[in-house]
Amino acid sequence: MGEAMGESVTGGRLKEWRPGGRRRPGGAARRGAAVSARARVVASAAVLVPLVAVVAVLPLVAGDAATGTVDYDAVRLAPGTGHLMGTDDSGRDVLVRAALGARVSLVIAVACAVAATVLGTVVGAVSGAAGGVIDATVMRLVDGLNAVPHLLLGILIVALYRGSLVAVIASIALTHWTTVARIVRAEVLSLRSRPYIDAAISGGASRLMVLTRHLLPAVAPQAALAAVLLLPHAVWHETALSFLGLGLPPHLPSLGTMVADSRDDVLLGAWWTIAAPAGLLVAVTLAVAGLAGWWRDRLVPRRRSELAL
Amino acid sequence: MLSVTNLTAGYRRDHDVLTRISITLTPGRIVGVQGPSGCGKSTLIRVLALLHPPRSGDLRLDGETVRRFRYAAPAAQRRRVGVVFQHPRAAADPRHTLRRIVSAHLPAGAPGTETDRLAELVGLTPDLLDRRPHEVSDGQLQRACLARTLGADPRYLLCDEMTAMLDASSAAALVHLIKAQVEHHGRGALMVSHDSALLDACCDETVQWHDLGGPPAAPTGR
Repeated sequence: MGEAMGESVTGGRLKEWRPGGRRRPGGAARRGAAVSARARVVASAAVLVPLVAVVAVLPLVAGDAATGTVDYDAVRLAPGTGHLMGTDDSGRDVLVRAALGARVSLVIAVACAVAATVLGTVVGAVSGAAGGVIDATVMRLVDGLNAVPHLLLGILIVALYRGSLVAVIASIALTHWTTVARIVRAEVLSLRSRPYIDAAISGGASRLMVLTRHLLPAVAPQAALAAVLLLPHAVWHETALSFLGLGLPPHLPSLGTMVADSRDDVLLGAWWTIAAPAGLLVAVTLAVAGLAGWWRDRLVPRRRSELAL
Repeated sequence: MLSVTNLTAGYRRDHDVLTRISITLTPGRIVGVQGPSGCGKSTLIRVLALLHPPRSGDLRLDGETVRRFRYAAPAAQRRRVGVVFQHPRAAADPRHTLRRIVSAHLPAGAPGTETDRLAELVGLTPDLLDRRPHEVSDGQLQRACLARTLGADPRYLLCDEMTAMLDASSAAALVHLIKAQVEHHGRGALMVSHDSALLDACCDETVQWHDLGGPPAAPTGR
């Protein structure tokens, strides 16, 4: 500092002195490169998500005739002009079927994320706001539920109600709300001792009023982010269940059932039967996770370095 | 009358912040309490505002003994004691507009003109009411917090280092307002501060913090 001031007096160079002078040269350029790489991820995700949504709606436009048509004269056709991604062992168009599968997977994922978030937010907010014995009991129950492997618990729930869409949604939602509950509870705990909550209590507000006017609006962004982060996870969970033959009934194509069905075809050399569903699966999860990561960075900027995707 | 006798309170199990404190507030008078930072002034305010349950001691609000605190205390009882906190930033929900903050403690179904009246009373111009806390100064926000407290029409006003975050002109304006409220509406006020000049200027009587403790026969601020 002394040197810099000396320079400023003698040579008027104070403006050139920067507290960050110890940084390696080129640091700014490198940071710029990192930012633009991140921007590219976000931009491609922003393009990919609507694209996948369009693909998922495609079977609706194409009509059921195109999706479900079994054609034994066109079994395991390689990708070509007639069928862009080839056909499967029943002669059905793989691309159209994968699009239909993506739609089913996305519907399940959204339903799971919404259900898990609503359940988690309610439990977390009530537990955090109530405090004391109620909070301790609820959080120990949550710990207990977390101790059981999610897939195992999911399999148990699906096994009880085999082959139903609702059972698959319930099995994923009921095993994943605990994460949201923890996030929401932690947030509520940090908020409930703030002076503005005291001010509300002093003004005669009831617990419900404090919860709905101050606590829930404050945790809403975190809960919504948790929901979006759950989406890719739910897609993979559904895929895993379907792959194990515990997910959807065979006539409903989800990405998981398609990957499971294509195992034999791949051994026969028909690689394209797995390419379309697997490609869509990876694209959907990466795109949603990319957008969610960007949103999380915006919401919690100080943790940016830890969260870089 | 809002009085407390032999009050002992604290947060951690093995440590008392307040020991055998006694003080009495009467309507129409401003009592000042002067004490150094960290002596427990804010805790005393929290107990008197029914926001923190004490370990022992007798808290009486207009003749009734108070036994329940926070949510458990009846809403009407809580509304009888208003608090103005030290930090207006922390005492205002950052998501609410000033209009919502000012109207927060008004009785349900109160007309919108009541909000405007309160805002005018504390010197907030109408254009400020649509801003959020981060868009106004500390002084303006503290005015909004005072307006919110007055919305409940409390019989007692507890001011916890209310002017500590403010510049001299805002502080003077708010102190004048408190004086006017006490004189015209017969509210009782407790001003807690480490600034003896401020307390001497506005309080009917000033007590030193160390005079509040001790045996029940000690000065009670009356």
